Amino acid sequence: MFDRQMQPILDASHLTKQFVMRGEAVTALADANLRICKGEFVCLIGPSGCGKSTLLRMIAGFETVTEGSLLMWGAPIAGPGQNRGMVFQDYGLFPWLTVRQNIAFGPAASGLSRSVVAATADRFVRMVGLEAFADAYPHQLSGGMKQRVAIARVLANDAEVVLMDEPFGALDAMTRERLQEELLDLWAKSKLTVIFVTHAIEEAILLADRVVVMSPRPGRIIADEKIELLRPRDPTSPEFNALRRHLSGLLGGAH
Amino acid sequence: MRLRLGKSMSLSRILLALAVPALGLAAWHLATSNRGYSLIPPPWTVAVQWWDLAVGGVWNDAYSAMLMTHTLASLGRVFGGFALAAVVAIPLGMLIGRVPLIRNLFDPLLQLLRPIPVTAWLPLALILFGIGPKSAFFLVFLGSFYPILMNTVFGVRNVEERLFEAAAMLGVSSQAVFWKVVLPASLPSIFTGLRLGLGIAWVVIVIGEMTGVQTGLGAIIMEARQMSRTEVVLCGMVTIGILGFLSDQVVQLLGRWLLRWSPQHV
Repeated sequence: MFDRQMQPILDASHLTKQFVMRGEAVTALADANLRICKGEFVCLIGPSGCGKSTLLRMIAGFETVTEGSLLMWGAPIAGPGQNRGMVFQDYGLFPWLTVRQNIAFGPAASGLSRSVVAATADRFVRMVGLEAFADAYPHQLSGGMKQRVAIARVLANDAEVVLMDEPFGALDAMTRERLQEELLDLWAKSKLTVIFVTHAIEEAILLADRVVVMSPRPGRIIADEKIELLRPRDPTSPEFNALRRHLSGLLGGAH
Repeated sequence: MRLRLGKSMSLSRILLALAVPALGLAAWHLATSNRGYSLIPPPWTVAVQWWDLAVGGVWNDAYSAMLMTHTLASLGRVFGGFALAAVVAIPLGMLIGRVPLIRNLFDPLLQLLRPIPVTAWLPLALILFGIGPKSAFFLVFLGSFYPILMNTVFGVRNVEERLFEAAAMLGVSSQAVFWKVVLPASLPSIFTGLRLGLGIAWVVIVIGEMTGVQTGLGAIIMEARQMSRTEVVLCGMVTIGILGFLSDQVVQLLGRWLLRWSPQHV
């Protein structure tokens, strides 16, 4: 275990991504270097078009690497895998499955026995507090509940790295705050590594150990700031405000 | 399993649904009754004929008590041809929708054959399958094949990309994705195809049974026309209408249960 903690769980070096759009090559991500250790909570922040979602999708294995290298535990990421789970902004739940079945999807796909699958599903249904909705279908749930299912689905699948692409962006302010707290709680209780994409500075400071700031066209990493405030963090404290000003300045310079 | 009969079967809705047919029946009665001669028999005559067809005892002729025989013959061909069409069209549609090689192989041919009306296949069907029930069966198959195939392809091609990503990250192999994602996600569309296909099957069965078939509702309609038994023709039409309606209700009920997760179908 000790060795593993010295080695970064994720290691991107000179990572570049180009898309071809209407016959022209567009650089979505240019020469990104990033090391993330196990258990870290990292926020990627930047304006739209800065490549933060592209980087996240490359880590998920949904996008291929154009140049450079992207390693997990020292091995190149070649495609989607069970050790990385994505929480999408639009949930991506299977509409024909109930809450419990959605959460059981990963364990069932990996061929565990029925009883283990059922027990795992029940445990994670409880963990996200959806016991009363276990047999409901996604269209019967609110946005906040859907996102809880999406998080539970990734955790039930035993993912080491949780990738979150503006997961709370479509939720109302109160639900967002509650889910942020719940997420921090789940993270603190586990050894999860979380990479969280957002464009909200406050959300990044509230959640992250580290905030990675990116700039657009082409997407680059322009700063990597450690957030050392004690949790729970108070968004009205002078230290919080100082960080907010600092990051805001970095982002302002990027425009 | 809740069938939600309460909502769709409320009394006022039933009364509204019956209003126009009742008016039509009254108009039919007024236009045909109490005349020396009418080309179209009055409704009561048709009702009596239908009773005779169903249980006999009124005319005791070649049609008496034969309704069940003809109905079963038609039902067998309709559901047989329809089931065969579903069994072929759904897997083929899924492959055309998902596998480029299969799409490139089959799609141009199928698109070329599609505009040919089912009725135009009748002479060829007679040559291929001979005069008799096999041709009717084939026409029913062909008629319901296209709507099922087209809707399956549409459903399969419109599965959200997001769901494939979700399945991949949860450890589903690219083969298993067919059963775990593609099939359930395209089920609403497949069901639309099944409904349309079954409707067309009832349209086509009459054409299929019109040439050289001894039994079946299409056969008695055709035969009674030649014998100027218009009331029997009308009985056959009414029976097909009722059977088509009932079989559509069965498919809808099945769909509502299978698609209870879909907000569009609840």
